[in-house]
Amino acid sequence: MIDVLDTIERWRAEGQRVAVATVVGVENSAPRDPGAVLAVSERGAVAGSVSGGCVESAVYEEAQDAIATGRPRLVSYGISDADAISVGLTCGGTIHVFVERLDW
Amino acid sequence: MTLFERLAEALHADRPVALVTRIDGPQAGAKLLVFDDDVSGDLGTPGLNVAGAGEARALLAVGETATRSFGEDGEPVGVEVRLFIAAYAPKPVMYVFGAIDFSRAMARIGKYLGYQVTVIDARPVFATKQRIPDADEIVVAWPDEFLAKAPVDTRTALIVLTHDVKFDIPLLRVALRTEAGYIGAMGSRRTHANRIEELRAHGVGDDDLARISAPIGLDIGARTPEETAISIAAEIIALREARRGGRLSEGTLPVHNARTPASLP
Repeated sequence: MIDVLDTIERWRAEGQRVAVATVVGVENSAPRDPGAVLAVSERGAVAGSVSGGCVESAVYEEAQDAIATGRPRLVSYGISDADAISVGLTCGGTIHVFVERLDW
Repeated sequence: MTLFERLAEALHADRPVALVTRIDGPQAGAKLLVFDDDVSGDLGTPGLNVAGAGEARALLAVGETATRSFGEDGEPVGVEVRLFIAAYAPKPVMYVFGAIDFSRAMARIGKYLGYQVTVIDARPVFATKQRIPDADEIVVAWPDEFLAKAPVDTRTALIVLTHDVKFDIPLLRVALRTEAGYIGAMGSRRTHANRIEELRAHGVGDDDLARISAPIGLDIGARTPEETAISIAAEIIALREARRGGRLSEGTLPVHNARTPASLP
Protein backbone atom coordinates (compact mmCIF):
# COMPACT_ATOMS: atom_id res chain seq x y z
CA MET A 1 0.00 0.00 0.00
CA ILE A 2 2.83 2.37 0.87
CA ASP A 3 4.24 2.35 -2.67
CA VAL A 4 0.92 3.45 -4.19
CA LEU A 5 -0.25 5.73 -1.38
CA ASP A 6 0.75 9.03 -2.98
CA THR A 7 -0.90 8.06 -6.26
CA ILE A 8 -4.16 7.04 -4.56
CA GLU A 9 -4.22 10.28 -2.61
CA ARG A 10 -3.72 12.26 -5.80
CA TRP A 11 -6.59 10.44 -7.56
CA ARG A 12 -8.87 11.06 -4.61
CA ALA A 13 -7.89 14.72 -4.49
CA GLU A 14 -8.91 14.91 -8.15
CA GLY A 15 -12.33 13.56 -7.18
CA GLN A 16 -11.78 10.18 -8.87
CA ARG A 17 -13.15 6.97 -7.45
CA VAL A 18 -10.51 4.32 -6.80
CA ALA A 19 -10.40 0.52 -6.53
CA VAL A 20 -7.76 -1.33 -4.59
CA ALA A 21 -6.73 -4.95 -5.26
CA THR A 22 -4.70 -6.54 -2.46
CA VAL A 23 -2.88 -9.87 -2.41
CA VAL A 24 -4.39 -11.57 0.67
CA GLY A 25 -2.90 -15.02 0.26
CA VAL A 26 -0.36 -16.94 -1.78
CA GLU A 27 0.26 -20.65 -2.15
CA ASN A 28 3.54 -22.13 -3.25
CA SER A 29 5.75 -19.83 -5.23
CA ALA A 30 4.43 -16.35 -5.97
CA PRO A 31 6.20 -13.18 -7.00
CA ARG A 32 4.47 -10.76 -4.62
CA ASP A 33 3.78 -11.27 -0.93
CA PRO A 34 0.45 -10.71 0.86
CA GLY A 35 -0.14 -7.00 1.20
CA ALA A 36 0.99 -6.11 -2.33
CA VAL A 37 -1.49 -3.67 -3.86
CA LEU A 38 -2.62 -2.71 -7.33
CA ALA A 39 -4.73 0.44 -7.44
CA VAL A 40 -6.94 1.54 -10.34
CA SER A 41 -8.51 4.96 -10.87
CA GLU A 42 -11.93 5.71 -12.29
CA ARG A 43 -10.26 6.99 -15.46
CA GLY A 44 -8.36 3.72 -15.85
CA ALA A 45 -4.90 4.60 -14.58
CA VAL A 46 -2.96 1.92 -12.70
CA ALA A 47 -0.40 1.98 -9.88
CA GLY A 48 1.43 -0.89 -8.18
CA SER A 49 1.16 -4.62 -8.91
CA VAL A 50 -0.09 -7.89 -7.45
CA SER A 51 2.10 -10.31 -9.43
CA GLY A 52 4.99 -10.36 -11.80
CA GLY A 53 2.61 -8.97 -14.40
CA CYS A 54 0.80 -12.19 -15.26
CA VAL A 55 -2.62 -11.52 -13.69
CA GLU A 56 -2.59 -7.73 -13.75
CA SER A 57 -4.98 -7.37 -16.69
CA ALA A 58 -7.54 -9.76 -15.16
CA VAL A 59 -7.33 -7.92 -11.82
CA TYR A 60 -7.67 -4.63 -13.66
CA GLU A 61 -11.02 -5.78 -15.10
CA GLU A 62 -12.23 -6.78 -11.64
CA ALA A 63 -11.13 -3.43 -10.26
CA GLN A 64 -12.97 -1.49 -12.98
CA ASP A 65 -16.09 -3.50 -12.20
CA ALA A 66 -15.69 -2.84 -8.47
CA ILE A 67 -15.48 0.89 -9.15
CA ALA A 68 -18.68 0.74 -11.20
CA THR A 69 -20.72 -1.54 -8.91
CA GLY A 70 -19.15 -0.97 -5.48
CA ARG A 71 -19.23 -4.75 -5.02
CA PRO A 72 -16.10 -6.20 -3.32
CA ARG A 73 -14.88 -9.64 -4.36
CA LEU A 74 -12.24 -12.24 -3.59
CA VAL A 75 -10.64 -13.67 -6.74
CA SER A 76 -8.05 -16.43 -7.09
CA TYR A 77 -5.59 -17.19 -9.83
CA GLY A 78 -3.52 -20.32 -10.05
CA ILE A 79 -2.55 -23.39 -11.95
CA SER A 80 -5.38 -25.46 -10.50
CA ASP A 81 -7.92 -23.08 -11.96
CA ALA A 82 -8.92 -23.16 -15.65
CA ASP A 83 -9.41 -19.42 -15.53
CA ALA A 84 -5.88 -18.99 -14.28
CA ILE A 85 -4.39 -20.96 -17.13
CA SER A 86 -5.95 -18.46 -19.48
CA VAL A 87 -4.40 -15.54 -17.59
CA GLY A 88 -1.17 -17.51 -17.20
CA LEU A 89 0.44 -17.30 -13.79
CA THR A 90 3.94 -18.02 -15.06
CA CYS A 91 5.37 -18.63 -11.62
CA GLY A 92 3.14 -21.67 -11.06
CA GLY A 93 1.67 -20.60 -7.72
CA THR A 94 -1.79 -19.49 -6.65
CA ILE A 95 -2.67 -16.01 -5.48
CA HIS A 96 -5.81 -14.74 -3.80
CA VAL A 97 -6.69 -11.11 -4.41
CA PHE A 98 -9.32 -9.03 -2.63
CA VAL A 99 -10.70 -6.29 -4.87
CA GLU A 100 -12.77 -3.43 -3.47
CA ARG A 101 -13.79 0.12 -4.18
CA LEU A 102 -12.00 2.49 -1.85
CA ASP A 103 -15.05 4.04 -0.24
CA TRP A 104 -13.89 3.74 3.33
CA MET B 1 -11.68 11.81 8.74
CA THR B 2 -12.16 8.56 6.80
CA LEU B 3 -10.37 5.33 7.70
CA PHE B 4 -8.25 5.70 4.57
CA GLU B 5 -7.20 9.22 5.56
CA ARG B 6 -6.22 8.00 9.01
CA LEU B 7 -4.30 5.10 7.49
CA ALA B 8 -2.51 7.41 5.04
CA GLU B 9 -1.59 9.81 7.82
CA ALA B 10 -0.06 6.99 9.89
CA LEU B 11 1.86 5.58 6.92
CA HIS B 12 3.31 8.98 6.07
CA ALA B 13 4.39 9.41 9.68
CA ASP B 14 5.88 5.85 9.78
CA ARG B 15 3.59 5.12 12.73
CA PRO B 16 2.75 1.43 13.30
CA VAL B 17 -0.76 0.64 12.05
CA ALA B 18 -2.68 -2.42 10.87
CA LEU B 19 -5.67 -2.53 8.54
CA VAL B 20 -8.01 -5.48 9.09
CA THR B 21 -10.44 -6.40 6.29
CA ARG B 22 -13.18 -9.05 6.14
CA ILE B 23 -12.56 -10.78 2.85
CA ASP B 24 -15.58 -13.01 2.36
CA GLY B 25 -19.30 -13.27 3.11
CA PRO B 26 -21.97 -10.59 2.85
CA GLN B 27 -19.96 -8.22 5.05
CA ALA B 28 -16.81 -8.50 2.91
CA GLY B 29 -14.93 -5.21 2.92
CA ALA B 30 -15.78 -4.35 6.55
CA LYS B 31 -12.74 -2.78 8.17
CA LEU B 32 -10.93 -2.11 11.40
CA LEU B 33 -7.94 0.22 11.67
CA VAL B 34 -5.72 -0.77 14.60
CA PHE B 35 -3.10 1.34 16.38
CA ASP B 36 -1.14 0.45 19.51
CA ASP B 37 -3.53 2.48 21.62
CA ASP B 38 -6.57 3.06 19.43
CA VAL B 39 -9.05 1.30 17.15
CA SER B 40 -11.58 2.57 14.63
CA GLY B 41 -14.00 0.94 12.23
CA ASP B 42 -16.20 -2.14 12.63
CA LEU B 43 -15.84 -5.74 11.45
CA GLY B 44 -19.45 -6.63 12.23
CA THR B 45 -19.54 -7.89 15.82
CA PRO B 46 -17.90 -6.70 19.05
CA GLY B 47 -16.12 -10.04 19.52
CA LEU B 48 -14.70 -9.90 16.03
CA ASN B 49 -13.41 -6.39 16.65
CA VAL B 50 -11.63 -7.51 19.82
CA ALA B 51 -10.17 -10.62 18.16
CA GLY B 52 -9.15 -8.72 15.03
CA ALA B 53 -7.45 -5.97 17.01
CA GLY B 54 -5.58 -8.49 19.16
CA GLU B 55 -4.33 -10.44 16.16
CA ALA B 56 -3.42 -7.21 14.36
CA ARG B 57 -1.25 -6.06 17.27
CA ALA B 58 0.49 -9.43 17.45
CA LEU B 59 1.30 -9.24 13.73
CA LEU B 60 2.43 -5.61 14.05
CA ALA B 61 4.98 -6.68 16.66
CA VAL B 62 6.68 -8.97 14.15
CA GLY B 63 5.98 -6.91 11.04
CA GLU B 64 3.97 -9.65 9.33
CA THR B 65 0.91 -9.52 7.12
CA ALA B 66 -1.45 -12.51 7.16
CA THR B 67 -4.97 -13.92 6.85
CA ARG B 68 -6.63 -15.34 9.99
CA SER B 69 -9.89 -17.25 10.49
CA PHE B 70 -12.37 -16.71 13.33
CA GLY B 71 -15.88 -17.62 14.38
CA GLU B 72 -18.80 -15.27 13.66
CA ASP B 73 -18.16 -13.37 16.92
CA GLY B 74 -14.37 -13.69 16.93
CA GLU B 75 -14.13 -17.16 18.46
CA PRO B 76 -10.53 -18.27 17.93
CA VAL B 77 -11.45 -21.79 16.82
CA GLY B 78 -14.00 -20.72 14.23
CA VAL B 79 -13.59 -20.64 10.47
CA GLU B 80 -16.66 -18.63 9.46
CA VAL B 81 -14.92 -15.30 9.03
CA ARG B 82 -11.61 -14.68 7.32
CA LEU B 83 -9.78 -11.48 8.14
CA PHE B 84 -6.91 -10.12 6.09
CA ILE B 85 -4.56 -8.19 8.34
CA ALA B 86 -2.09 -5.84 6.67
CA ALA B 87 0.44 -4.82 9.32
CA TYR B 88 2.47 -1.75 8.55
CA ALA B 89 5.35 -1.95 11.02
CA PRO B 90 8.04 0.70 11.17
CA LYS B 91 10.93 0.11 8.80
CA PRO B 92 13.59 -2.34 9.94
CA VAL B 93 16.79 -0.68 11.08
CA MET B 94 20.26 -0.98 9.59
CA TYR B 95 23.25 0.27 11.55
CA VAL B 96 26.41 0.78 9.51
CA PHE B 97 29.53 1.16 11.64
CA GLY B 98 32.39 3.09 10.07
CA ALA B 99 32.02 6.03 7.68
CA ILE B 100 34.07 4.83 4.72
CA ASP B 101 33.41 4.60 0.96
CA PHE B 102 31.78 1.23 1.48
CA SER B 103 29.38 2.80 3.99
CA ARG B 104 28.15 5.28 1.40
CA ALA B 105 27.21 2.42 -0.94
CA MET B 106 25.81 0.36 1.95
CA ALA B 107 23.60 3.23 3.15
CA ARG B 108 22.29 3.63 -0.36
CA ILE B 109 21.35 -0.02 -0.87
CA GLY B 110 19.99 -0.21 2.69
CA LYS B 111 17.55 2.59 1.89
CA TYR B 112 16.68 0.87 -1.39
CA LEU B 113 15.76 -2.29 0.53
CA GLY B 114 13.50 -0.33 2.87
CA TYR B 115 15.75 0.03 5.91
CA GLN B 116 16.01 3.04 8.17
CA VAL B 117 19.78 3.55 7.91
CA THR B 118 22.04 5.02 10.59
CA VAL B 119 25.81 5.37 10.08
CA ILE B 120 28.01 5.53 13.16
CA ASP B 121 31.64 6.64 13.34
CA ALA B 122 33.70 8.05 16.18
CA ARG B 123 35.49 10.49 13.86
CA PRO B 124 33.54 13.72 13.25
CA VAL B 125 35.60 14.51 10.14
CA PHE B 126 34.37 11.36 8.40
CA ALA B 127 30.88 11.06 9.80
CA THR B 128 29.27 13.72 7.60
CA LYS B 129 26.15 13.97 5.47
CA GLN B 130 28.32 15.08 2.52
CA ARG B 131 30.21 11.79 2.57
CA ILE B 132 27.16 9.61 3.12
CA PRO B 133 24.20 11.45 1.64
CA ASP B 134 21.74 8.52 1.69
CA ALA B 135 21.91 7.78 5.42
CA ASP B 136 18.80 8.76 7.40
CA GLU B 137 21.01 9.64 10.30
CA ILE B 138 24.74 10.01 10.95
CA VAL B 139 25.95 9.69 14.51
CA VAL B 140 29.36 10.60 15.89
CA ALA B 141 29.92 8.08 18.67
CA TRP B 142 32.02 5.12 19.70
CA PRO B 143 30.37 2.18 17.90
CA ASP B 144 30.11 -0.13 20.93
CA GLU B 145 28.74 2.63 23.18
CA PHE B 146 26.20 3.59 20.53
CA LEU B 147 25.00 0.02 20.00
CA ALA B 148 24.70 -0.71 23.70
CA LYS B 149 21.91 1.90 23.88
CA ALA B 150 20.38 1.54 20.41
CA PRO B 151 17.07 -0.26 19.78
CA VAL B 152 17.67 -3.64 18.09
CA ASP B 153 15.19 -6.36 17.10
CA THR B 154 15.29 -9.54 15.02
CA ARG B 155 14.88 -7.55 11.80
CA THR B 156 17.88 -5.33 12.54
CA ALA B 157 21.00 -5.54 10.35
CA LEU B 158 24.38 -4.66 11.90
CA ILE B 159 27.06 -3.93 9.31
CA VAL B 160 30.52 -3.62 10.84
CA LEU B 161 32.78 -1.85 8.34
CA THR B 162 35.23 -0.39 10.84
CA HIS B 163 37.69 -3.31 10.24
CA ASP B 164 39.99 -2.15 12.97
CA VAL B 165 40.42 -4.49 15.93
CA LYS B 166 40.17 -1.72 18.49
CA PHE B 167 36.66 -0.84 17.28
CA ASP B 168 35.58 -4.27 16.03
CA ILE B 169 36.07 -6.36 19.15
CA PRO B 170 34.12 -4.23 21.65
CA LEU B 171 31.44 -3.65 19.01
CA LEU B 172 31.03 -7.33 18.10
CA ARG B 173 30.82 -8.25 21.76
CA VAL B 174 27.87 -5.87 22.18
CA ALA B 175 26.36 -7.01 18.86
CA LEU B 176 26.32 -10.64 19.96
CA ARG B 177 24.30 -9.71 23.03
CA THR B 178 21.50 -8.36 20.79
CA GLU B 179 18.92 -10.37 18.84
CA ALA B 180 19.94 -8.72 15.53
CA GLY B 181 19.00 -10.89 12.54
CA TYR B 182 22.20 -10.04 10.67
CA ILE B 183 25.68 -9.31 12.00
CA GLY B 184 28.31 -8.86 9.30
CA ALA B 185 31.91 -7.78 9.71
CA MET B 186 34.18 -6.62 6.92
CA GLY B 187 37.76 -7.83 6.65
CA SER B 188 39.93 -10.53 5.16
CA ARG B 189 39.91 -14.15 6.32
CA ARG B 190 43.10 -13.40 8.25
CA THR B 191 41.53 -10.35 9.91
CA HIS B 192 38.57 -12.42 10.94
CA ALA B 193 40.76 -15.25 12.25
CA ASN B 194 42.40 -12.63 14.51
CA ARG B 195 38.99 -11.35 15.58
CA ILE B 196 37.84 -14.85 16.44
CA GLU B 197 40.91 -15.38 18.56
CA GLU B 198 40.31 -12.11 20.43
CA LEU B 199 36.62 -12.81 20.91
CA ARG B 200 37.32 -16.30 22.22
CA ALA B 201 39.76 -14.77 24.69
CA HIS B 202 36.81 -12.68 25.92
CA GLY B 203 34.82 -15.85 26.46
CA VAL B 204 32.67 -15.71 23.32
CA GLY B 205 31.49 -19.22 22.40
CA ASP B 206 31.19 -21.00 19.04
CA ASP B 207 27.44 -20.47 18.67
CA ASP B 208 27.87 -16.74 19.00
CA LEU B 209 30.90 -16.65 16.70
CA ALA B 210 28.83 -18.46 14.05
CA ARG B 211 26.37 -15.56 14.06
CA ILE B 212 29.01 -13.26 12.56
CA SER B 213 29.04 -13.15 8.76
CA ALA B 214 32.73 -12.65 7.99
CA PRO B 215 34.27 -12.20 5.54
CA ILE B 216 31.10 -10.22 4.87
CA GLY B 217 28.78 -10.82 1.91
CA LEU B 218 27.98 -13.46 -0.69
CA ASP B 219 30.76 -14.90 -2.83
CA ILE B 220 30.18 -12.93 -6.05
CA GLY B 221 33.69 -11.58 -6.47
CA ALA B 222 32.64 -8.04 -5.52
CA ARG B 223 35.39 -5.41 -5.80
CA THR B 224 33.99 -1.88 -5.68
CA PRO B 225 32.04 -0.41 -2.74
CA GLU B 226 28.85 -0.70 -4.81
CA GLU B 227 29.48 -4.33 -5.70
CA THR B 228 30.38 -5.13 -2.11
CA ALA B 229 27.18 -3.47 -0.88
CA ILE B 230 25.17 -5.66 -3.27
CA SER B 231 26.93 -8.77 -2.01
CA ILE B 232 26.18 -7.80 1.61
CA ALA B 233 22.58 -6.93 0.81
CA ALA B 234 22.13 -10.29 -0.94
CA GLU B 235 23.59 -12.09 2.08
CA ILE B 236 21.13 -10.30 4.41
CA ILE B 237 18.20 -11.48 2.27
CA ALA B 238 19.58 -15.01 1.92
CA LEU B 239 20.06 -15.39 5.69
CA ARG B 240 16.57 -14.07 6.40
CA GLU B 241 15.12 -16.64 4.00
CA ALA B 242 17.50 -19.40 5.16
CA ARG B 243 18.95 -19.72 1.66
CA ARG B 244 22.54 -20.42 0.68
CA GLY B 245 22.86 -17.83 -2.10
CA GLY B 246 24.20 -19.03 -5.43
CA ARG B 247 22.64 -19.42 -8.83
CA LEU B 248 18.96 -20.33 -9.16
CA SER B 249 19.81 -21.97 -12.48
CA GLU B 250 21.93 -24.48 -10.58
CA GLY B 251 19.39 -25.16 -7.84
CA THR B 252 16.22 -27.18 -7.43
CA LEU B 253 14.36 -25.36 -4.61
CA PRO B 254 11.28 -23.24 -5.41
CA VAL B 255 12.31 -19.71 -6.37
CA HIS B 256 10.36 -18.18 -3.46
CA ASN B 257 9.95 -19.70 -0.01
CA ALA B 258 6.35 -20.64 0.77
CA ARG B 259 4.61 -18.16 3.06
CA THR B 260 2.43 -20.69 4.82
CA PRO B 261 1.10 -18.45 7.61
CA ALA B 262 -0.42 -16.13 5.05
CA SER B 263 -1.84 -18.76 2.74
CA LEU B 264 -5.55 -19.23 2.43
CA PRO B 265 -6.96 -22.71 2.93
